Amino acid sequence: MIGFLKKIYAKHDNVKAYSLLSPALILVILAMIVPMALMLSFSMFTQVSMMEIDYTFTFQRYIDFFQKKLLVTLLIKSIKISFLVTLITLITAYPVCYYIAFYVKKNKMLWLVLLTLPFWTSYLLRVFSWKIILGTKGVINSSLINAGILSEPLTFLMYSETAVVITLTHAWAAFALLPLYVSLEKIDFSFIEAGRDLGLSRFEVFWKITFPLSLPGVIGAILIIFIPTVGDYVTPALLGGTDGRMLSNMIQAYFGKINNIPLGAASATIMLTTVVLITIIVSNVTKKLTQRLT
Amino acid sequence: MNEKNNTLLIYTLLYFGFLYVPVLFLPIFSFNDANYMSFPLAGFTTEHYEEMWSKRNLHKALWASIKVGVVASVISTTIALFAAKAFARYKFRGEKISYGGIMMPFLIPEIILAVAILIIWVNLGFKLGLVPVTIGHTLFCTPFAMLILIARIEGFDFSLEEASRDLGENAWGTFFRVSFPLYLPGIVAALLLSFIISFDEFILAFFLTGSDATLPMYMWGQMRFVQKLPHVLALGAVIIVFTTFIVLLAFWLRNVGQGKAKKDIAMKL
Repeated sequence: MIGFLKKIYAKHDNVKAYSLLSPALILVILAMIVPMALMLSFSMFTQVSMMEIDYTFTFQRYIDFFQKKLLVTLLIKSIKISFLVTLITLITAYPVCYYIAFYVKKNKMLWLVLLTLPFWTSYLLRVFSWKIILGTKGVINSSLINAGILSEPLTFLMYSETAVVITLTHAWAAFALLPLYVSLEKIDFSFIEAGRDLGLSRFEVFWKITFPLSLPGVIGAILIIFIPTVGDYVTPALLGGTDGRMLSNMIQAYFGKINNIPLGAASATIMLTTVVLITIIVSNVTKKLTQRLT
Repeated sequence: MNEKNNTLLIYTLLYFGFLYVPVLFLPIFSFNDANYMSFPLAGFTTEHYEEMWSKRNLHKALWASIKVGVVASVISTTIALFAAKAFARYKFRGEKISYGGIMMPFLIPEIILAVAILIIWVNLGFKLGLVPVTIGHTLFCTPFAMLILIARIEGFDFSLEEASRDLGENAWGTFFRVSFPLYLPGIVAALLLSFIISFDEFILAFFLTGSDATLPMYMWGQMRFVQKLPHVLALGAVIIVFTTFIVLLAFWLRNVGQGKAKKDIAMKL
């Protein structure tokens, strides 16, 4: 029997691969998939009182969500903020990756390490440092007042959507830089040279050759920035004020002081579903658009 | 491209400024002799650093973070090592789905992972504390560790392992005498980076710690009080220096030996 099992093991890559993968898969199933399935079922329960939950299935929490103006507004605002963050991060990071991929000759790795280094310092601290910069008595305001340019501090800098967008753009930069760089670095330079030789302008070469070829990186960056930032909690909580509040802050409240776990679970489910759907649409549209360009 | 592009170079340097300058304000103001973080600086002091020695809650939180970080990084790196080996070595059915599934915790908003683990943990009747935080961190660190290890393992020629098998070494022997030493720098890099991710992680800890605060939770609690901010700055500055050191070490380790081993193989061929 054991000999027979050993034979199967030796023969099949499938069996070998899955025995190596099993700890990771068990972890993902037990610590992510099962809890998320339970979260989904909780979104169909009803909170009766502080401690008590009615376990009969109902879709009422989803109806509640869309009937509460605040929740819908926050969902839209979260998506809008993430969208802006993704777009700005991509546009600002692209030239940097382009430069390193095509113009830097020596020590490219060192450049990349330096670009991603700030990302490894505590997220909480990075967000907090923007509070120091943007605050009413912060770096920008105190410097401008000292220089005599302003008499009153700029209030829109802090506790606003702008503050959240700036901070998130800084915090998620590494997630745009890495995929963009990897896809630009892979481009065979002879394509670009061929384009030049055929008399295309620099602009045409970029739009018709370089950009479409870097698309996997662009889509990768959209994926790993847009989805997680929709659910960001720390930045809006520290810098958002009422103007920059996002859906996560409400979800946290449902699990905390408001104590409506089913509605919190429904909000989390709606947030995740919406953002995944939008991401699929955005990456498909981006793909189609570039196919037309080329 | 042989030409130079100074516009792009200047832009790139400005971008570096955007990435680095905000983080540098923490250490600058941590030496400032005032409670407010504004210019002009009031004078130099190390008082905020000395304050840290007397905070017992800080020491407790630091210890909690170290415990969680060590356990989470060891477990996630071990799990990731096996998984990385499977992806680097074999072609198999369901490869893409398995890969996507293991990478998923890296993509899903953390608050959703936190809420889901919170619901199941409380409903199983367990108490919140460092254990669910460690589980969450292990889940979250595994994809990072796996990416680092796949890159390391793919850099090697599997003929080395096959040679060892042909020379009569069994699977375990091959693993410990051939593969493990080759992967070791990658393994240490994965351990260090997982530790840092766990050490800095806030959201999962925020939902799952209950009353056992980790270091980021402790800082979060202190950030609300203006008079306590300077000492958060000092703590933050120490954490930044510590993290940077560990990450640079990990990056260095990740590359160490890789080039040389490849060269050795090339020489033999």
